Amino acid sequence: MSLTQTRALEVVLYEGGETTPLTPDERRTLFRDVLNQGFGVRRTTDPGDVPVDERTHAVVVGRFNGRQPESLGLPGPGGNIQFIDLSGEGEGLGADSPIAAAVGRIREDRQLFDHKVWKPWFPVIDYDRCTNCMQCLSFCLFGVYGVSHEQQIQVQNHDNCKTNCPACSRVCPEAAIMFPKYKAGPINGDMVSDSDLQREKMKVDISSLLGGDVYELLRNRSERAKSRFSKERDSDKALNERQKCLVKLQKDADIPPEVLMSLPSPDEIQRRAAEASAKAEAALEANRNKRDASGAEQGG
Amino acid sequence: MGEKCRILYCNCAHARVVPDEVKNAVLDKLCETDADISWQAVSDLCEMVARRDPALKNLRADDGNLKIAACFPRAVKWLFASSGVPLDPERTQICNMREQSAGEIMQALLSDDITPNVPEGTGKAPAEVVAESEGNA
Ligand code: SF4
Ligand code: SF4
Repeated sequence: MSLTQTRALEVVLYEGGETTPLTPDERRTLFRDVLNQGFGVRRTTDPGDVPVDERTHAVVVGRFNGRQPESLGLPGPGGNIQFIDLSGEGEGLGADSPIAAAVGRIREDRQLFDHKVWKPWFPVIDYDRCTNCMQCLSFCLFGVYGVSHEQQIQVQNHDNCKTNCPACSRVCPEAAIMFPKYKAGPINGDMVSDSDLQREKMKVDISSLLGGDVYELLRNRSERAKSRFSKERDSDKALNERQKCLVKLQKDADIPPEVLMSLPSPDEIQRRAAEASAKAEAALEANRNKRDASGAEQGG
Repeated sequence: MGEKCRILYCNCAHARVVPDEVKNAVLDKLCETDADISWQAVSDLCEMVARRDPALKNLRADDGNLKIAACFPRAVKWLFASSGVPLDPERTQICNMREQSAGEIMQALLSDDITPNVPEGTGKAPAEVVAESEGNA
Protein backbone atom coordinates (compact mmCIF):
# COMPACT_ATOMS: atom_id res chain seq x y z
CA MET A 1 0.00 0.00 0.00
CA SER A 2 1.44 3.38 -0.92
CA LEU A 3 2.23 5.79 1.88
CA THR A 4 -0.42 8.20 0.67
CA GLN A 5 -3.19 5.61 0.96
CA THR A 6 -2.45 4.47 4.48
CA ARG A 7 -5.10 4.83 7.16
CA ALA A 8 -4.64 6.58 10.48
CA LEU A 9 -6.26 6.54 13.88
CA GLU A 10 -7.03 9.34 16.27
CA VAL A 11 -8.14 9.17 19.88
CA VAL A 12 -10.53 11.93 20.92
CA LEU A 13 -10.87 12.69 24.61
CA TYR A 14 -14.29 14.32 24.89
CA GLU A 15 -14.73 16.37 28.05
CA GLY A 16 -17.67 18.57 27.08
CA GLY A 17 -21.34 18.57 28.09
CA GLU A 18 -22.27 16.45 31.05
CA THR A 19 -19.16 14.33 31.12
CA THR A 20 -16.71 14.12 34.03
CA PRO A 21 -13.23 15.37 33.07
CA LEU A 22 -10.20 13.14 33.55
CA THR A 23 -7.59 14.14 36.12
CA PRO A 24 -4.34 15.68 34.79
CA ASP A 25 -2.51 12.44 35.62
CA GLU A 26 -5.03 10.36 33.70
CA ARG A 27 -4.78 12.70 30.70
CA ARG A 28 -1.01 12.48 30.78
CA THR A 29 -1.11 8.67 30.76
CA LEU A 30 -3.61 8.64 27.92
CA PHE A 31 -1.75 11.16 25.76
CA ARG A 32 1.67 9.59 26.28
CA ASP A 33 0.39 6.09 25.55
CA VAL A 34 -1.40 7.04 22.34
CA LEU A 35 1.47 9.21 21.06
CA ASN A 36 3.97 6.44 21.81
CA GLN A 37 1.99 4.17 19.54
CA GLY A 38 2.34 6.71 16.73
CA PHE A 39 -1.22 8.06 16.74
CA GLY A 40 -2.73 11.46 17.36
CA VAL A 41 -4.88 12.40 20.33
CA ARG A 42 -6.93 15.45 21.12
CA ARG A 43 -8.81 16.85 24.08
CA THR A 44 -11.96 18.71 23.22
CA THR A 45 -15.17 20.06 24.66
CA ASP A 46 -16.66 20.57 21.19
CA PRO A 47 -18.65 17.59 19.81
CA GLY A 48 -17.96 18.88 16.28
CA ASP A 49 -14.26 18.06 16.70
CA VAL A 50 -14.62 14.31 16.08
CA PRO A 51 -12.84 13.62 12.78
CA VAL A 52 -15.08 12.17 10.11
CA ASP A 53 -13.00 11.32 7.05
CA GLU A 54 -12.71 7.92 5.51
CA ARG A 55 -8.96 7.47 6.10
CA THR A 56 -9.15 8.19 9.83
CA HIS A 57 -10.56 5.93 12.54
CA ALA A 58 -11.73 7.81 15.61
CA VAL A 59 -11.83 6.29 19.07
CA VAL A 60 -13.84 8.69 21.21
CA VAL A 61 -13.22 8.28 24.92
CA GLY A 62 -14.40 10.06 28.06
CA ARG A 63 -16.35 9.69 31.28
CA PHE A 64 -19.78 9.73 29.66
CA ASN A 65 -21.47 8.48 32.84
CA GLY A 66 -23.49 5.96 30.91
CA ARG A 67 -24.91 8.47 28.40
CA GLN A 68 -25.22 7.58 24.74
CA PRO A 69 -22.94 9.55 22.38
CA GLU A 70 -25.94 11.02 20.55
CA SER A 71 -27.34 12.47 23.76
CA LEU A 72 -24.05 14.31 24.22
CA GLY A 73 -24.28 15.75 20.71
CA LEU A 74 -21.54 13.46 19.38
CA PRO A 75 -21.87 11.61 16.07
CA GLY A 76 -23.23 8.08 16.58
CA PRO A 77 -20.96 5.02 16.63
CA GLY A 78 -20.38 2.88 13.56
CA GLY A 79 -18.26 3.15 10.45
CA ASN A 80 -14.98 4.68 11.49
CA ILE A 81 -16.08 5.82 14.93
CA GLN A 82 -15.92 3.87 18.16
CA PHE A 83 -16.80 4.97 21.71
CA ILE A 84 -15.31 3.95 25.02
CA ASP A 85 -16.97 5.12 28.23
CA LEU A 86 -14.36 5.32 30.96
CA SER A 87 -16.83 5.84 33.78
CA GLY A 88 -17.15 2.15 34.66
CA GLU A 89 -15.27 0.86 37.62
CA GLY A 90 -11.70 -0.22 37.09
CA GLU A 91 -11.45 1.41 33.68
CA GLY A 92 -7.75 2.30 33.80
CA LEU A 93 -5.67 4.06 31.18
CA GLY A 94 -2.33 3.23 29.62
CA ALA A 95 -0.92 -0.02 28.31
CA ASP A 96 -3.57 -2.41 29.75
CA SER A 97 -6.55 -0.16 29.21
CA PRO A 98 -9.62 -0.75 27.03
CA ILE A 99 -8.31 2.09 24.84
CA ALA A 100 -5.04 0.26 24.18
CA ALA A 101 -7.02 -2.90 23.39
CA ALA A 102 -9.31 -1.05 20.97
CA VAL A 103 -6.36 0.65 19.27
CA GLY A 104 -4.60 -2.72 18.91
CA ARG A 105 -7.71 -4.31 17.41
CA ILE A 106 -8.28 -1.51 14.90
CA ARG A 107 -4.59 -1.50 14.01
CA GLU A 108 -4.80 -5.16 13.05
CA ASP A 109 -8.24 -5.18 11.40
CA ARG A 110 -7.77 -2.07 9.29
CA GLN A 111 -4.08 -2.33 8.46
CA LEU A 112 -3.24 1.07 9.87
CA PHE A 113 0.00 2.81 9.02
CA ASP A 114 2.81 1.38 11.12
CA HIS A 115 4.79 4.41 12.11
CA LYS A 116 7.82 2.40 13.15
CA VAL A 117 8.67 1.33 9.61
CA TRP A 118 9.79 4.67 8.22
CA LYS A 119 11.45 7.75 9.64
CA PRO A 120 9.78 10.70 7.91
CA TRP A 121 12.86 12.21 6.28
CA PHE A 122 12.31 14.23 3.13
CA PRO A 123 13.03 17.67 1.66
CA VAL A 124 10.66 20.56 2.24
CA ILE A 125 10.90 23.44 -0.24
CA ASP A 126 10.79 27.07 0.89
CA TYR A 127 8.94 28.65 -2.03
CA ASP A 128 9.79 32.13 -0.75
CA ARG A 129 13.35 31.34 -1.81
CA CYS A 130 12.97 28.80 -4.61
CA THR A 131 13.59 30.11 -8.14
CA ASN A 132 12.38 26.92 -9.87
CA CYS A 133 15.85 26.30 -11.34
CA MET A 134 15.36 22.48 -11.25
CA GLN A 135 18.86 21.72 -9.97
CA CYS A 136 17.43 19.52 -7.23
CA LEU A 137 15.38 17.60 -9.77
CA SER A 138 18.45 16.95 -11.95
CA PHE A 139 20.53 15.97 -8.93
CA CYS A 140 18.26 13.47 -7.18
CA LEU A 141 18.65 9.89 -8.43
CA PHE A 142 15.75 8.55 -6.44
CA GLY A 143 12.78 10.33 -8.00
CA VAL A 144 11.92 12.33 -4.89
CA TYR A 145 11.27 15.50 -6.90
CA GLY A 146 8.88 16.11 -9.75
CA VAL A 147 7.02 19.01 -11.28
CA SER A 148 3.44 20.09 -10.71
CA HIS A 149 0.93 20.51 -13.53
CA GLU A 150 2.04 24.17 -13.60
CA GLN A 151 5.69 23.08 -14.05
CA GLN A 152 6.66 24.06 -10.52
CA ILE A 153 9.17 21.96 -8.62
CA GLN A 154 7.67 19.85 -5.84
CA VAL A 155 8.41 16.89 -3.61
CA GLN A 156 6.35 13.98 -4.87
CA ASN A 157 7.77 10.74 -3.51
CA HIS A 158 8.66 11.50 0.08
CA ASP A 159 9.52 7.92 1.03
CA ASN A 160 12.03 7.53 -1.81
CA CYS A 161 14.33 9.93 0.04
CA LYS A 162 17.41 8.42 1.70
CA THR A 163 17.12 8.73 5.47
CA ASN A 164 19.45 11.30 7.02
CA CYS A 165 20.88 12.36 3.64
CA PRO A 166 20.58 16.14 3.11
CA ALA A 167 22.68 16.18 -0.09
CA CYS A 168 20.15 17.90 -2.34
CA SER A 169 19.89 20.82 0.08
CA ARG A 170 23.59 21.40 -0.68
CA VAL A 171 23.05 21.71 -4.41
CA CYS A 172 20.25 24.26 -4.07
CA PRO A 173 21.80 27.65 -4.90
CA GLU A 174 19.12 29.48 -2.92
CA ALA A 175 19.29 27.45 0.31
CA ALA A 176 15.60 26.74 -0.28
CA ILE A 177 15.63 23.06 0.68
CA MET A 178 15.00 22.14 4.29
CA PHE A 179 15.03 18.86 6.14
CA PRO A 180 13.09 19.67 9.33
CA LYS A 181 14.71 16.81 11.24
CA TYR A 182 18.27 17.86 10.30
CA LYS A 183 20.58 18.85 13.14
CA ALA A 184 21.74 22.30 11.99
CA GLY A 185 20.54 25.47 10.31
CA PRO A 186 19.56 26.64 7.85
CA ILE A 187 18.76 23.14 6.55
CA ASN A 188 16.63 22.44 9.65
CA GLY A 189 14.40 25.43 8.86
CA ASP A 190 16.27 28.08 10.82
CA MET A 191 16.41 31.44 9.05
CA VAL A 192 18.90 31.76 6.18
CA SER A 193 21.59 34.39 6.68
CA ASP A 194 23.65 36.04 3.96
CA SER A 195 26.69 34.06 5.03
CA ASP A 196 24.67 30.81 4.80
CA LEU A 197 23.75 31.74 1.27
CA GLN A 198 27.36 32.38 0.31
CA ARG A 199 28.29 29.02 1.82
CA GLU A 200 25.53 27.21 -0.06
CA LYS A 201 26.61 28.87 -3.32
CA MET A 202 30.18 27.81 -2.67
CA LYS A 203 29.12 24.23 -2.22
CA VAL A 204 27.79 24.16 -5.75
CA ASP A 205 31.13 25.47 -6.95
CA ILE A 206 32.90 22.80 -4.94
CA SER A 207 30.91 20.10 -6.69
CA SER A 208 31.86 21.47 -10.10
CA LEU A 209 35.50 21.74 -9.05
CA LEU A 210 35.40 18.09 -8.14
CA GLY A 211 34.94 17.27 -11.79
CA GLY A 212 31.47 18.47 -12.57
CA ASP A 213 29.86 15.12 -11.97
CA VAL A 214 29.06 14.54 -8.36
CA TYR A 215 27.74 11.04 -9.07
CA GLU A 216 30.91 9.92 -10.79
CA LEU A 217 32.75 10.96 -7.67
CA LEU A 218 30.32 9.25 -5.35
CA ARG A 219 30.47 6.07 -7.38
CA ASN A 220 34.26 5.96 -7.47
CA ARG A 221 34.52 6.52 -3.77
CA SER A 222 31.92 3.93 -3.06
CA GLU A 223 33.46 1.32 -5.42
CA ARG A 224 36.91 1.90 -3.99
CA ALA A 225 35.60 1.62 -0.48
CA LYS A 226 33.74 -1.57 -1.33
CA SER A 227 36.72 -3.31 -2.97
CA ARG A 228 39.02 -2.41 -0.10
CA PHE A 229 36.47 -3.76 2.25
CA SER A 230 36.06 -7.07 0.45
CA LYS A 231 39.81 -7.77 0.33
CA GLU A 232 40.37 -6.89 3.91
CA ARG A 233 40.24 -9.62 6.51
CA ASP A 234 40.50 -7.45 9.56
CA SER A 235 37.11 -5.86 9.74
CA ASP A 236 38.26 -3.00 11.97
CA LYS A 237 40.97 -2.02 9.50
CA ALA A 238 38.53 -2.28 6.62
CA LEU A 239 36.15 -0.06 8.43
CA ASN A 240 38.89 2.49 8.97
CA GLU A 241 39.77 2.44 5.28
CA ARG A 242 36.21 2.85 4.29
CA GLN A 243 35.72 5.68 6.70
CA LYS A 244 38.80 7.48 5.36
CA CYS A 245 37.46 7.26 1.82
CA LEU A 246 34.14 8.66 2.82
CA VAL A 247 35.31 11.39 5.12
CA LYS A 248 35.67 14.02 2.42
CA LEU A 249 32.26 13.37 0.94
CA GLN A 250 30.62 13.14 4.27
CA LYS A 251 32.13 16.51 5.12
CA ASP A 252 31.28 18.17 1.83
CA ALA A 253 27.70 17.05 1.55
CA ASP A 254 26.98 15.27 4.83
CA ILE A 255 25.96 12.12 2.97
CA PRO A 256 25.61 9.12 5.29
CA PRO A 257 27.99 6.24 4.38
CA GLU A 258 25.10 3.80 4.00
CA VAL A 259 23.68 5.98 1.22
CA LEU A 260 27.01 5.96 -0.62
CA MET A 261 27.27 2.21 -0.19
CA SER A 262 23.82 1.63 -1.59
CA LEU A 263 24.29 3.61 -4.80
CA PRO A 264 23.25 1.62 -7.86
CA SER A 265 25.62 0.39 -10.57
CA PRO A 266 27.43 2.99 -12.73
CA ASP A 267 25.15 2.25 -15.70
CA GLU A 268 22.06 2.62 -13.59
CA ILE A 269 23.38 5.88 -12.12
CA GLN A 270 23.95 7.20 -15.62
CA ARG A 271 20.49 6.15 -16.74
CA ARG A 272 18.77 7.74 -13.77
CA ALA A 273 20.85 10.91 -13.97
CA ALA A 274 19.99 11.28 -17.68
CA GLU A 275 16.31 10.71 -16.94
CA ALA A 276 16.31 13.28 -14.12
CA SER A 277 18.07 15.91 -16.17
CA ALA A 278 15.71 15.30 -19.13
CA LYS A 279 12.76 15.92 -16.79
CA ALA A 280 14.38 19.09 -15.47
CA GLU A 281 15.16 20.33 -18.99
CA ALA A 282 11.58 19.64 -20.14
CA ALA A 283 10.19 21.61 -17.19
CA LEU A 284 12.59 24.52 -17.81
CA GLU A 285 11.65 24.54 -21.50
CA ALA A 286 7.92 24.55 -20.65
CA ASN A 287 8.50 27.47 -18.28
CA ARG A 288 10.45 29.38 -20.94
CA ASN A 289 7.61 28.85 -23.41
CA LYS A 290 5.08 30.02 -20.84
CA ARG A 291 7.11 33.17 -20.19
CA ASP A 292 7.51 33.86 -23.94
CA ALA A 293 3.78 33.40 -24.51
CA SER A 294 2.82 35.76 -21.70
CA GLY A 295 5.45 38.27 -22.92
CA ALA A 296 3.98 38.15 -26.42
CA GLU A 297 0.47 38.61 -25.03
CA GLN A 298 1.51 41.64 -23.02
CA GLY A 299 3.49 43.06 -25.93
CA GLY A 300 0.81 42.65 -28.54
CA MET B 1 -9.00 33.12 25.81
CA GLY B 2 -10.91 35.85 23.95
CA GLU B 3 -11.26 34.51 20.45
CA LYS B 4 -11.53 30.80 19.79
CA CYS B 5 -8.04 29.38 19.68
CA ARG B 6 -6.77 25.91 18.92
CA ILE B 7 -3.50 24.44 20.03
CA LEU B 8 -1.51 21.90 18.06
CA TYR B 9 1.39 20.04 19.64
CA CYS B 10 3.84 17.97 17.59
CA ASN B 11 5.53 15.07 19.39
CA CYS B 12 8.28 14.77 16.72
CA ALA B 13 8.32 11.01 17.25
CA HIS B 14 11.08 10.00 14.92
CA ALA B 15 13.97 12.25 15.79
CA ARG B 16 15.85 13.53 18.77
CA VAL B 17 16.01 17.06 17.43
CA VAL B 18 13.42 18.42 19.84
CA PRO B 19 14.81 18.14 23.39
CA ASP B 20 12.84 15.55 25.38
CA GLU B 21 12.66 17.76 28.45
CA VAL B 22 10.97 20.57 26.51
CA LYS B 23 8.64 18.25 24.62
CA ASN B 24 7.57 16.39 27.77
CA ALA B 25 7.17 19.50 29.89
CA VAL B 26 4.92 21.17 27.28
CA LEU B 27 2.79 18.02 26.97
CA ASP B 28 2.51 17.67 30.76
CA LYS B 29 1.46 21.28 31.19
CA LEU B 30 -1.15 20.97 28.46
CA CYS B 31 -2.56 17.91 30.23
CA GLU B 32 -2.95 19.97 33.39
CA THR B 33 -5.02 22.60 31.62
CA ASP B 34 -8.70 22.48 32.42
CA ALA B 35 -9.60 25.60 30.47
CA ASP B 36 -12.23 25.31 27.79
CA ILE B 37 -9.72 24.90 24.99
CA SER B 38 -9.43 22.28 22.32
CA TRP B 39 -5.94 21.03 21.88
CA GLN B 40 -4.47 18.30 19.83
CA ALA B 41 -1.27 16.29 19.86
CA VAL B 42 0.05 14.66 16.71
CA SER B 43 2.70 12.00 16.75
CA ASP B 44 4.79 13.50 13.93
CA LEU B 45 3.68 16.34 11.70
CA CYS B 46 6.31 15.48 9.08
CA GLU B 47 4.89 11.98 8.81
CA MET B 48 1.37 13.33 8.32
CA VAL B 49 2.60 15.53 5.48
CA ALA B 50 4.33 12.62 3.77
CA ARG B 51 1.20 10.48 4.10
CA ARG B 52 -0.93 13.39 2.89
CA ASP B 53 -3.10 12.75 5.91
CA PRO B 54 -6.57 14.25 5.36
CA ALA B 55 -6.52 15.35 9.02
CA LEU B 56 -4.04 18.09 8.06
CA LYS B 57 -6.91 20.12 6.70
CA ASN B 58 -8.61 20.03 10.09
CA LEU B 59 -5.43 20.94 11.93
CA ARG B 60 -5.37 24.34 10.29
CA ALA B 61 -7.99 26.38 12.14
CA ASP B 62 -10.40 27.85 9.63
CA ASP B 63 -12.50 29.51 12.26
CA GLY B 64 -10.08 31.07 14.71
CA ASN B 65 -6.50 31.39 15.87
CA LEU B 66 -4.04 28.54 15.84
CA LYS B 67 -0.99 28.12 18.06
CA ILE B 68 1.49 25.42 17.14
CA ALA B 69 4.23 23.90 19.29
CA ALA B 70 6.65 22.21 16.89
CA CYS B 71 9.97 23.33 15.41
CA PHE B 72 11.27 26.20 13.23
CA PRO B 73 8.45 28.41 11.90
CA ARG B 74 9.92 28.34 8.37
CA ALA B 75 9.81 24.53 8.32
CA VAL B 76 6.28 24.38 9.75
CA LYS B 77 5.03 27.03 7.30
CA TRP B 78 6.22 25.07 4.27
CA LEU B 79 5.21 21.66 5.63
CA PHE B 80 1.62 22.89 5.74
CA ALA B 81 1.82 24.80 2.47
CA SER B 82 3.28 21.83 0.59
CA SER B 83 0.25 19.80 1.70
CA GLY B 84 -2.11 22.30 0.10
CA VAL B 85 -3.22 23.77 3.46
CA PRO B 86 -1.28 27.03 3.91
CA LEU B 87 -1.38 28.56 7.38
CA ASP B 88 -3.17 31.86 7.88
CA PRO B 89 -0.28 34.31 8.54
CA GLU B 90 -2.53 36.64 10.53
CA ARG B 91 -3.89 33.99 12.88
CA THR B 92 -1.06 31.54 13.45
CA GLN B 93 1.72 31.54 16.01
CA ILE B 94 4.42 28.88 15.88
CA CYS B 95 6.46 28.06 18.99
CA ASN B 96 9.80 26.40 18.38
CA MET B 97 10.46 23.56 20.82
CA ARG B 98 13.98 23.20 19.38
CA GLU B 99 14.98 26.63 20.67
CA GLN B 100 12.48 28.00 23.19
CA SER B 101 12.03 26.94 26.79
CA ALA B 102 8.93 25.04 27.93
CA GLY B 103 7.94 27.97 30.17
CA GLU B 104 8.13 30.45 27.32
CA ILE B 105 6.12 28.15 25.07
CA MET B 106 3.38 27.51 27.63
CA GLN B 107 3.03 31.21 28.25
CA ALA B 108 2.52 31.77 24.53
CA LEU B 109 0.13 28.83 24.11
CA LEU B 110 -2.13 29.77 27.00
CA SER B 111 -2.04 33.53 26.54
CA ASP B 112 -5.24 35.31 25.50
CA ASP B 113 -3.28 37.12 22.82
CA ILE B 114 -1.70 35.81 19.69
CA THR B 115 1.57 37.00 18.16
CA PRO B 116 1.46 35.82 14.56
CA ASN B 117 4.92 34.80 13.37
CA VAL B 118 4.58 32.78 10.17
CA PRO B 119 7.62 33.95 8.14
CA GLU B 120 6.61 36.55 5.57
CA GLY B 121 6.97 35.97 1.85
CA THR B 122 5.06 35.86 -1.37
CA GLY B 123 6.13 32.38 -2.52
CA LYS B 124 3.42 29.85 -3.24
CA ALA B 125 3.62 26.08 -3.14
CA PRO B 126 1.88 24.20 -5.95
CA ALA B 127 -1.78 23.77 -5.06
CA GLU B 128 -1.67 20.01 -5.44
CA VAL B 129 0.93 17.30 -5.20
CA VAL B 130 1.00 15.35 -8.44
CA ALA B 131 0.41 11.70 -7.54
CA GLU B 132 3.21 9.19 -8.16
CA SER B 133 1.01 7.30 -10.59
CA GLU B 134 0.81 10.35 -12.82
CA GLY B 135 4.39 9.53 -13.48
CA ASN B 136 6.55 12.59 -13.63
CA ALA B 137 8.59 11.73 -10.57
S1 SF4 C 1 17.48 23.67 -6.47
FE1 SF4 C 1 16.52 25.04 -4.95
S2 SF4 C 1 15.93 26.89 -6.12
FE2 SF4 C 1 16.33 25.24 -7.60
S3 SF4 C 1 14.28 24.29 -7.96
FE3 SF4 C 1 15.31 23.10 -6.34
S4 SF4 C 1 14.55 24.05 -4.44
FE4 SF4 C 1 14.13 25.51 -6.08
S1 SF4 D 1 7.22 19.39 12.22
FE1 SF4 D 1 9.17 19.71 13.29
S2 SF4 D 1 8.72 19.02 15.39
FE2 SF4 D 1 7.10 18.15 14.07
S3 SF4 D 1 7.81 16.12 13.37
FE3 SF4 D 1 8.49 17.58 11.83
S4 SF4 D 1 10.58 18.14 12.49
FE4 SF4 D 1 9.57 17.23 14.27
